[in-house]
Amino acid sequence: MSGNTSPIFGNLNWNVTPYTDLLQHVDSSTIVGAGAASVLVFGAIAGVALFTYMRWWGPLYRIWLTSPDAKKIGIMYIALALVMLARGIIEGFVMRAHQATALGTLAQPEAGLVAPDHFSQLFSTHGTIMIFFVAMPLLIGLINFVLPQQLGARDMAFPVLNQVSLGLTAAGAALIMISLLVGQFGTGGWTMYPPYTGIDFSPGEGVDYWLWAILISGMGSTLTGMNFAVTIFKERAPGMHFMRMPLFCWTSLCVAIMLVYAMPALTVSSAMLALDRYAGFHFFTNAAGGNMMNYANIFWMFGHPEVYILILPAFGVFSEISSTFSGKRLYGYTSLVIASMSIAVISFTVWLHHFFTMGQSAGVNIAFGIATMIIGIPTGVKIYDWMATMWRGRVRITTPIVYLTGFFLLFVIGGLSGIILANPSIDYQVHNSTFLVAHFHNVIIPGVLYGMLAGIHYWFPKAFGFRLSETWGRRTAYLFVGGFIFTFMPLYVLGMMGFPRRSPTFQNPEFLPWMYVAAFGGVLMMCALASLMWTFWTSYRNRTALAVPGGDPWNGSTLEWSSPAPVPEWTFPQIPQIQARGDWGEAKRAGDPWKGPERYTDIEMPANTAHGLLIAGAAFALGFAMVWHIWWLAILSFLAIPGMIALRGMRVITPKIIPAAEVEEADRRFRQQVASLASATRADEETERNRGVPDLSEFAG
Amino acid sequence: MSEKSLYPGLNLGGTHGKAHEKAESTVFGFWVFLMSDLIIFGILFASYASYLNPMGMAGGPGPNDLFDITSVAIQTAFLLFGGIAYAGVSLGLKYEHGRAKLIGWLLVCAVLGAGFLFFEVKDFITQAGEGGTPQVSGWLSSYWALVGLHGFHVFSGILWILAMIGQIATRGVDDAVKIRLSMLGVFWHFLDLIWVGIFSFVFLVPLA
Repeated sequence: MSGNTSPIFGNLNWNVTPYTDLLQHVDSSTIVGAGAASVLVFGAIAGVALFTYMRWWGPLYRIWLTSPDAKKIGIMYIALALVMLARGIIEGFVMRAHQATALGTLAQPEAGLVAPDHFSQLFSTHGTIMIFFVAMPLLIGLINFVLPQQLGARDMAFPVLNQVSLGLTAAGAALIMISLLVGQFGTGGWTMYPPYTGIDFSPGEGVDYWLWAILISGMGSTLTGMNFAVTIFKERAPGMHFMRMPLFCWTSLCVAIMLVYAMPALTVSSAMLALDRYAGFHFFTNAAGGNMMNYANIFWMFGHPEVYILILPAFGVFSEISSTFSGKRLYGYTSLVIASMSIAVISFTVWLHHFFTMGQSAGVNIAFGIATMIIGIPTGVKIYDWMATMWRGRVRITTPIVYLTGFFLLFVIGGLSGIILANPSIDYQVHNSTFLVAHFHNVIIPGVLYGMLAGIHYWFPKAFGFRLSETWGRRTAYLFVGGFIFTFMPLYVLGMMGFPRRSPTFQNPEFLPWMYVAAFGGVLMMCALASLMWTFWTSYRNRTALAVPGGDPWNGSTLEWSSPAPVPEWTFPQIPQIQARGDWGEAKRAGDPWKGPERYTDIEMPANTAHGLLIAGAAFALGFAMVWHIWWLAILSFLAIPGMIALRGMRVITPKIIPAAEVEEADRRFRQQVASLASATRADEETERNRGVPDLSEFAG
Repeated sequence: MSEKSLYPGLNLGGTHGKAHEKAESTVFGFWVFLMSDLIIFGILFASYASYLNPMGMAGGPGPNDLFDITSVAIQTAFLLFGGIAYAGVSLGLKYEHGRAKLIGWLLVCAVLGAGFLFFEVKDFITQAGEGGTPQVSGWLSSYWALVGLHGFHVFSGILWILAMIGQIATRGVDDAVKIRLSMLGVFWHFLDLIWVGIFSFVFLVPLA
């Protein structure tokens, strides 16, 4: 291996692209591989051409990439997540299409659309992308956008660090994307268990792509967790006591604490595997005292809290929307707070249920099985609280409520199948089958994906000033619900029939009908993805009709609805004094909520900087160089990062001052506009009459 | 102390005005970050314990063959005195003893830290010469990773000290520098804390 390593290009050569594979051997697998690479290449070329033609590069750099504003950073996180989501769903569809054609015979076991090795890459990238580069950026993006606004803070505690976190996440995502075109991805699944992923059995670059994407983006997530925690502990507006915070802030706090404590475990397990692979260490090898069970143990110390990191922000969103769209106060606020915190704590005590079959004693298994069942209790409390919130409310069937309803129906099924799996003796029967695959998709799709899409729909007007099309939003939601049911319910059956997960082929014809149903579900999921993209496009085209300059399109009760839509850079002309839980709602009860501040002052904002962008560039170069053994570039980019931090430390950085006059002018214009707009009733909510100024007499939240 | 502490550890105090308030969230944030770092060390400690058995040593050299407790004691002295020396920086910062004293104490810390590193690296080289490289066994892998990571932290701490000396020299002791020195203090003492764990569990326990 080292014999062929060039000092300049490392292990890179012209034989690493899928086009080479296609030229050597034309079949459906290499065509799919080359097709995916082409989508990436043409997508990149089209993107560059579009940005150049529209002259967007300057604004992209000045307004977005160099901005330390948490709201913009949040939007960029979500944009990144949606791009990755597209790839993840398409990969899922290809896997479903493959398995629907994968019925082999004993004589000729290999069958189907793609080759077994290609299939393994598909489920590895699909899992990695969906967890680390879709779910995580979605929730981190949404928290970034919403949290400071709900707390009455101008920004995160550390805005530039926030930018760096985004940059590190994007660098990780870029590594995964480039693996489509340059080289192969790992085939060890999203968990990359050694010893299979050790250097003896996976000598290529695939596992390294995963390792560096995870190490780099994981560092970003750790810093994000710290940032969120400090923001919530230290940057709340005066009067925003903990028990006055909206539920979304509480779940964000849980996420922050869990990120701080869970991400290091992933960093350690990945770094150990990297040392095994690069430096010949023996943490997880078969020989010389290595112990792969230690990998599973450390990985899931992160992995289990991670699934609650994913789900809790969705629970926060559901708490907000169930209250707002029912026109009722959230039922059981305190119980929801306690339940969220309980979930956050208990989630650290259940990780062993991911490897019940690894050979520890029955007593250990039982302890973790019981802990796993206990965590269902606070989750159940939450479901009842949301249902009680909607009970006898004036529920409007808006897009977020469609998602919430889908969540109610499906998540409970997923949760119950989780309780089944929590029993070690049952787990022995169904582990490693598609029953498990069905289970975790059944909690993650209705939980995380529906929750995040509902949140995006809910807060979209705050970010861009216009609502998303309700018609198309609902269609998307129905498609995601239907797509989920058709894709994953058959997998429960297949798992019970004994079909192992991650199988590239099977020989039992009885599986086939279920595979067809699942593949049909895959088609629906693709339609849902297309419909989601169409929702954004059609809403953008109708943006004048959907505009809500009043800023409060849903008659909300939390602080973020008091500002204009789109929300200005400074969010609040003056940091608000919080009097009550649901402060904006209380102001509505008291009469005229849109009172401006008496006096305007200069607002100090962090200055734009390319710091995050440069660090992201260096981190990407480091990851890419390490994957391909380009040592000079690895050393250079590794030294560049502390170098850039040190240089920035030497400079005195002056913040950007927004003069009081500018704030006053904008704020007075907004208040005059609100006064001139006709208020919209609930019945008008989806019509053009909704200009973001609700009928206050209807407020009951 | 009659004054209200805004964050754990020695506070700058109200006489520092804005720097004291700004330090609240920044130094607190750094504590949170170190808690995360502590988890990394915690997992490495646990791993070390799990490889500390004949299976993990896989027939390679063990603690009795490799550890030189005298050298470890010398390293401990260097590192802990380096920690004490940082008190000079913290107090000099809080009571405004001037730039020269700050830089002087920082240099003392850096030199003591470098002394620690010198003996640690010397030990590593000796151990490698005796056949104790991390490629030999799972136990040696975990030993090198844990102690090496701590050593890397000390090295980073020395670089940070040098960067701070550069900042004090060029931009003076302004608010940002005060806050960064407060964070550096927390970091520097954190390394002592980890070392106490390493000294006890990595070296003393297997030799006992």
